[in-house]
Amino acid sequence: MKARVLVTLKSAVLDPQGKAIEGALRSLGVPGIASVRQGKVFDVELDGTDKDKAEATLKDACEKLLANTVIETYRIEFVG
Amino acid sequence: MKAAVILFPGSNREGDVAHAIRQITGVEPAVVWHADTELPAGTDLVVLPGGFSYGDYLRCGAIAARAAIMDAVRAHAARGGLVLGVCNGFQILCESGLLPGVLVRNARLRFICREALLKVERNDTPFTSRYARGAVVRFPVAHGEGNYAADADTLKRLEGEGRVVFRYVMPDGRRDDTQVLNGAANSIAGIVSEKLNVLGLMPHPENQVDPLLGSTDGRALFESMVDALERV
Repeated sequence: MKARVLVTLKSAVLDPQGKAIEGALRSLGVPGIASVRQGKVFDVELDGTDKDKAEATLKDACEKLLANTVIETYRIEFVG
Repeated sequence: MKAAVILFPGSNREGDVAHAIRQITGVEPAVVWHADTELPAGTDLVVLPGGFSYGDYLRCGAIAARAAIMDAVRAHAARGGLVLGVCNGFQILCESGLLPGVLVRNARLRFICREALLKVERNDTPFTSRYARGAVVRFPVAHGEGNYAADADTLKRLEGEGRVVFRYVMPDGRRDDTQVLNGAANSIAGIVSEKLNVLGLMPHPENQVDPLLGSTDGRALFESMVDALERV
């Protein structure tokens, strides 16, 4: 089973990297971009086919390591 | 003082901190590998040195904070043992939950390598007893992610409990939260745990112990720890 974990900064946390990217896009003349926030994507392959179990495993992985919940939130998506 | 310096893959200031400890205490610290599960018997002080453990992968200090030795470090801290985390060591302490908050990318995105002026906010901790309260000291900083961040409640609690020990200040000794070199909340450079026995700070006191390097402002931090351990 394949899953994708998205880790993003909480909205209240300043994202200087996102701001820099936003500025670069603006200077490139890419139109219509209101704001950019940078995050991380983890593509994870899991053993077994039990989706609930996989979700619990990934939640555990996020809480223990993948996200720092002081500043980040995470979202789990199943692929395919 | 029996000190243990923890070595992670990518640590690079362990030699500096060992040199400072050797010079000030006359005792060679043990260097402990991250995969070990126990500290040497009778360890008084654990140091998490600066560097780029695990190449700063995922988040600074995130992987080191989950290393095998960290359970022993946590137990040492819970017993009231001294723990000092400098730079990457501070990041590891935050990631491991031994200190609150997190160090994020410097506000202006640049790696900062220069001297910083710091105010010693309190001198009743095991790390600062040899400083005058309110003294301004000069330690170098060398970091890309030293911008201390925490939620409003945590900041309020830290301030309320007087747990900010080192704060970045202007040349006149005044604090200016709008001009902090790395953007740190409340000009925070270093904080202690609730029981005052765990200190994390971004600047490097271990690099200011020898007159050859222009300042010995860092010596008092190590001498304070020696005093604290003698009092026990």
